[in-house]
Amino acid sequence: MSTFVKFIIDGKICLSEEGKQLIEAAKENDIYIPTLCNYPGIPPKGSCRICTVLINNRPATACTTKVTENMDIKTSTPELEDFRKAVIELLFSEGNHFCPSCERSGNCELQALAYKYRIAVSRFPYFFPERTIESWHPKLIKDHNRCILCKRCIRGIKNNEGKTIFAYGRRGQYLEINIDPETSKNISDELAEQAMNICPVGAILVKEKGFITPIGKRKYDYNIIGSEIENQ
Amino acid sequence: MGNTINAVIKKYNGDETRLMDILLDIQTELGYISDWTIEQISKALDIPAVEIIQTLSFYHFFHREPKGKYTIYLNDSVVSNFNGKDEVKKAFEEEAGIKFGQVTPDGLIGLFETSCIGMSDQEPAALINEQPFPSLTPEKAKKIIRMMKDGKSIEDIKGNKYGEGNNSHYLMRSLVNNNIQERGPVIFSDYTPGEAIKKIVKELSSTDIIEEIKKSYLRGRGGAGFPTGLKWEIARKAQGDIKYIFCNADEGEPGTFKDRVILTELPKLVFEGMVIAGYAVGAKYGILYLRNEYRYMRDYLEHVLQEMRDDGLLGKFIGGKKGFDFDIRIQCGAGAYVCGEESALIESAEGKRGEPRDRPPFPVESGYLNKPTVVNNVETFCTAVKIILYGSEWYNRMGTKESRGTKVLSVSGDCERPGIYEVEWGFSVNDILRKAGAKTHEILAVQVGGPSGSCISEKEFGRVLAYEDLATGGSLIIIGKKRNLIKDVVLNFQHFFMEESCGSCVPCRVLTVVYKKIIEKIVRGEGKSSDIENLQKWSVYMKNNRCGLGQTATNPTITAIKNFKYLFDESVKNNSESFNTSFNEDEAVKEYIEIFNKK
Amino acid sequence: MTKKKKIIATASLAGCFGCHMSFLDIDERILNLIELVEFNKSPINDIKKFTKHCDIGIIEGGCCNDENVHVLKEFRKNCDILISLGECAIMGGLPAMRNGIPLKECLEEAYINGPTVKDVNPQKIIPFDPDIPKILNKVYPCHEIVKIDYFLPGCPPRADLIWNALYALVTGNELLIPYEVFKYD
Ligand SMILES: Cc1cc2nc3c(=O)[nH]c(=O)nc-3n(C[C@H](O)[C@H](O)[C@H](O)COP(=O)(O)O)c2cc1C
Ligand code: SF4
Ligand code: SF4
Ligand code: SF4
Ligand code: FES
Ligand code: FES
Repeated sequence: MSTFVKFIIDGKICLSEEGKQLIEAAKENDIYIPTLCNYPGIPPKGSCRICTVLINNRPATACTTKVTENMDIKTSTPELEDFRKAVIELLFSEGNHFCPSCERSGNCELQALAYKYRIAVSRFPYFFPERTIESWHPKLIKDHNRCILCKRCIRGIKNNEGKTIFAYGRRGQYLEINIDPETSKNISDELAEQAMNICPVGAILVKEKGFITPIGKRKYDYNIIGSEIENQ
Repeated sequence: MGNTINAVIKKYNGDETRLMDILLDIQTELGYISDWTIEQISKALDIPAVEIIQTLSFYHFFHREPKGKYTIYLNDSVVSNFNGKDEVKKAFEEEAGIKFGQVTPDGLIGLFETSCIGMSDQEPAALINEQPFPSLTPEKAKKIIRMMKDGKSIEDIKGNKYGEGNNSHYLMRSLVNNNIQERGPVIFSDYTPGEAIKKIVKELSSTDIIEEIKKSYLRGRGGAGFPTGLKWEIARKAQGDIKYIFCNADEGEPGTFKDRVILTELPKLVFEGMVIAGYAVGAKYGILYLRNEYRYMRDYLEHVLQEMRDDGLLGKFIGGKKGFDFDIRIQCGAGAYVCGEESALIESAEGKRGEPRDRPPFPVESGYLNKPTVVNNVETFCTAVKIILYGSEWYNRMGTKESRGTKVLSVSGDCERPGIYEVEWGFSVNDILRKAGAKTHEILAVQVGGPSGSCISEKEFGRVLAYEDLATGGSLIIIGKKRNLIKDVVLNFQHFFMEESCGSCVPCRVLTVVYKKIIEKIVRGEGKSSDIENLQKWSVYMKNNRCGLGQTATNPTITAIKNFKYLFDESVKNNSESFNTSFNEDEAVKEYIEIFNKK
Repeated sequence: MTKKKKIIATASLAGCFGCHMSFLDIDERILNLIELVEFNKSPINDIKKFTKHCDIGIIEGGCCNDENVHVLKEFRKNCDILISLGECAIMGGLPAMRNGIPLKECLEEAYINGPTVKDVNPQKIIPFDPDIPKILNKVYPCHEIVKIDYFLPGCPPRADLIWNALYALVTGNELLIPYEVFKYD
């Protein structure tokens, strides 16, 4: 039997199972903590840092933290909110995000967060890096311009032998996602679709799919990301 | 080729956690790792090629294309630049007929730059086919290239003017000098290998050792200053039969080279410290993680390990005691500063890219192969041995309240006597400057603790080296008034962090580039005062990065702005906020005009 | 006491004129606006040169050639407040998709190899003349050339966003940005 613990988020007394991921525990208590690299059901790797909260006044990523009794958590101090905006702006500066021509626009988590925070422009210089669009794969397109390197595809997608399909290449500003030609050779349509959906942005696309939902009907056209949690 | 690959893989029993060794050995044999080679490894280990590339492409000493029969890595550190790196670089280029980053068309010579190789006391230095060539001059550089063209061997090119002490050992034959300027009472005092082991075998239990280390208040010498006794205690109590002891010899912080000297002169002291830690913690395996830049010591260190095995100081029944088993293997890195971070070090030793882990869990709970693992610095292990031999009381008589004992300092830059100084904690920066023969009135700044530390001005030279004041992993780079601080130091360090970020965390990956770009802009004279404000403001975002690299990666800039604001103000004072001076219209249309001029 | 009308100037640089069209989409509110402001240099009224100093300059499009740069700098000199209107002005927008491609390739595609020009330019001429604007190495967001005070995103920005922003700016009232009007596409 699992034990329940009591903890505090932004002054509100919360309850959840001991050891639950803080993101999920907060969700159970109708509190939304912004995430990007986290994906329900796959092991977390705190890399985007956007879910940073204060735990007993020290910064920690909520996706890699397990709740314990009496934890005192702050999720939305002005400094944390400013930090989140900075993370989003850094991602826009670093890549090439031309939303008007992007298949994912309206359904994109990065864009949705930028809308939530009303980010009109990045305070950081735009890099305009030279990046490629790979289309050699029979089913997938990999658009490196839009990849935010969150590792969700690496961690979440394995072929039917359990083998890795996506992996990191290089490091630092040259970090990239590679697709293995062998292990990805015979992936099913479902897995290809899964890969597209696990990606928070428009960096993995299934060929000949895109712009399916008309403007106005897309996930984030009218609904703020996270509002489904907060408005329970 | 296929045979070589298979032989190497067989040597490591087809164990994918030994991928680093497999790649290192194959590269040594074949010169580089081609796509074909990757495919063979992938088949033999039954892991996807992308996973091999994931590891391989992380480290800058691995090459996927031929890199020359002779591969020259010229050091791009701050002190190397102070001491005339540019001229040496030019000489290499002229004589070889290629630019850095290229390989000669005949495949003979490859020229590359690399960040600090741990030779700041004898710059400019280069690694050539893994052998260090310190104290280079343009003449020497030209001669080296000429000998290469004549087909001389690396040994011939090195000549026979080997450095002092064990640098001349027949298994090392290195040109490196130790430059031990001051021997202190702990590390560089008399030492007989095996004495401490004898002592614990006779009279000390594992808890006795931990108590003694705790009573000594020994704190880790790798920079973070974590209490060593406590670390060992947690690891001892951690669940599990299998535990590991890691010695961190990655020493990548630019300006630091003390571990190089300790490993050269006192390897048995280091290894004995690991054995004692193993005894205290209940670990039977130790790993020395040696940075690739120090791979030239490897054969020598292997030989030392064998001697210790022969003397009963390593292996089974250590000191004749039943059940006291401990052995050490050497794991080489392949070029990545972040691998000095303990969890990245562990990942690397497991054959992966050196990406730091999320914490908790900490390595003492779940480290190498998910077993409890102690990671300590080279100097920490050495100190522990002496504490076991002479007692915590003896040790506590030295140093200050928060910082007991001594510290081995790496001193370099604009001074007469760069090198290693073992001093008691509590000396001021001024004291060290005096010892090193630096004239205070000619000194602009001192970089304490490397790029991740701070750049201090004369006002702070009275500060004391100790955890309670100026904490340091032990390096001081002395920067003379003749230097251009922003260009020669700050820019170099920001470039370093940009190159070395593992790239996982968004703020670290992207802001290191932003900082480098803005500092560059300021150096070009195109900065604005709002740029300086932003540099100060944005560094708070770095505090939320996963590891110490990202958390300190803007320190070069912000500590320099804090202490040398006037230099920054001076460089931006003529530039208006309304128009961006860094946009240069003539530059921007150049490409267009050139297209038509060529026609 | 009647308040002095604010003077507005607008320009379209490397944009598609979509933002200006969206501006006109504020429909009948344009009449309210005319009560509050007076237009100076702008394609809306075809005034070609600044005739006086302006309060607000609205820029559509980023800078892709040297003429764009000159116009933008002139706006900075003649306006107290500059607004980047639309994605192109803010971050280069669709024109900036060429930033990752060498300029030579872009020109060859546009004038020689592209499907619509392939057969009609047998001499393979790429126009180059002192009198035509020189193309920049890449498309620049406006704020990388001059200081920009406000940014209104969208491609094009929703008319409601433009109206709300101008109204707030001219009257000094608080700016409201409802979620649905704040978009990048
Ligand atoms: C980026 C980075 C690089 C580091 N490099 C080293 C190193 O080269 N040597 C070292 O001993 N510790 C290094 N450390 C500190 C280690 O993470 C770890 O704290 C240390 O090895 C523990 O040993 P100690 O307690 O004996 O100091 C580094 C830390 C970071 C964040
Ligand atoms: S991935 Fe998202 S943010 Fe990037 S261009 Fe597409 S919609 Fe915009
Ligand atoms: S492809 Fe998508 S899921 Fe994979 S790292 Fe990039 S953004 Fe994340
Ligand atoms: S802080 Fe930098 S180096 Fe450290 S884990 Fe994050 S990205 Fe990697
Ligand atoms: S969601 Fe937690 S770090 Fe990315
Ligand atoms: S022209 Fe208006 S957004 Fe591009």
